[in-house]
Amino acid sequence: MAPFTETSGSDDGFHAPTIGEFFPDAIFFEGTPFELNRIMMIRLLILTVLVVLFWLWTGSFKKAYKTGQVVPTRFQLMGEISLNFVRTSIAHEQLGKKDGDRFLPLLTTIFFVVLGMNITGIIPALNIAGTSVIGLPLVLAVAAYVTFIYAGMKKHGFGFFKNSLFPAGVPAPFYILVTPIEFLSTFILRPVTLALRLMMNMIAGHLLLVLCFSATHFFFTSTQVEGAMRLFGAGTFLFGFAFTLFEILVAFLQAYVFTLLTTVYIQLAMADEH
Amino acid sequence: MTPLILAAETATEVAKNPLIPEVYDLVWSSVVFFILLAFFWFMVLPNFKKTLDARTEAIEGRLAEAERIQAEVATKTADIAKAQENSRAEASAIREQARAEGVTILAELKEQASLEAARITATAKQQIEAERQAALVSLRAEVGLLAIDLASAVVGASLSNDKVAGKVVDDFLSELEAGDKAGKQK
Repeated sequence: MAPFTETSGSDDGFHAPTIGEFFPDAIFFEGTPFELNRIMMIRLLILTVLVVLFWLWTGSFKKAYKTGQVVPTRFQLMGEISLNFVRTSIAHEQLGKKDGDRFLPLLTTIFFVVLGMNITGIIPALNIAGTSVIGLPLVLAVAAYVTFIYAGMKKHGFGFFKNSLFPAGVPAPFYILVTPIEFLSTFILRPVTLALRLMMNMIAGHLLLVLCFSATHFFFTSTQVEGAMRLFGAGTFLFGFAFTLFEILVAFLQAYVFTLLTTVYIQLAMADEH
Repeated sequence: MTPLILAAETATEVAKNPLIPEVYDLVWSSVVFFILLAFFWFMVLPNFKKTLDARTEAIEGRLAEAERIQAEVATKTADIAKAQENSRAEASAIREQARAEGVTILAELKEQASLEAARITATAKQQIEAERQAALVSLRAEVGLLAIDLASAVVGASLSNDKVAGKVVDDFLSELEAGDKAGKQK
């Protein structure tokens, strides 16, 4: 890292990625609550892509049950596999069939929003994840938070808070210690970690990729680099390539983790005893 | 990474805290989230569920249909086996009956044949007897004529030799008697 920072700042030199990348200049409606910058437009693009894609899949589902065609087409099967991943592997597995289906709309939305927004981080010309700015992870985390509290309240009434804050089987004096910890972990840390885990993963991924490719650019083009030093560029490029593949994995993994944790929180809230 | 970010922050004019959301960020995040939530909730998932339900129903229906057909086939097979058994029994009964009937017919024919044979024999005997009687009657008549012829011959001869004539008549009569006796004995 030392050689990179040395040259940082100079025009011809190495441009280190900055946090400013996550706050690009406004393109439309600057200064209003509807300000649109690059990242917000990427989000709207992904929104459109998801709506179009699932609209087509919905069309093939509709056609299938209206014509009584029970053997899915190839395209329809892809949609079924995608939706079934959330439905059976996450929702039904953790919550059972009945409750799994109850919370399926939220879980499906979370999974595909997170996946879609994460994957833009490695799509050429977009190159930044829609989830790398706190707003979206925060909104999703709040949705998860509200939902698991709703699930608990619906099942146990205010007994849910009692169950959560005063776990059964603990001697009364220990509640002085246990209750604040439980409160912190259940009602504060859960949503915060959900949002931060996702955002930080995406920020780190983006910074890593920018670092690698900007170093490649620097080594290959800068006048400050001479002779065999340019070969470092090949190395940084390979790193960038490897991290791009890794980011695909991270995109899926974070979508899965976010959805799974939301499901587990709902499941814990509805559990009879802690 | 931290020193890098910090270094970057000092470099940029407006250092932003990535943990504090901008208003527009929250606005667009919510727009994206709620549109997709509604879309999945009311559009995608109900249709997805219907498709899966239709498939489950179809599979279950087909299984039930297959079971029904299997039961039907089993019944039919049993029926066929039963019918086969029945027809086999029927066939053997018919064979048995035919054999019995054959035996009866054979016996009847044999009896009939022997009766016929007896009848033919009797007729033949009667005919022979009748012919014999007729022959006897005609013989008697002829014997009378012969006797007369002979007598006249003898009468003619006696004129020359009485002794010889007497002997001839005697011989003739005894001969006739013997022939008559033999004919009666028959």
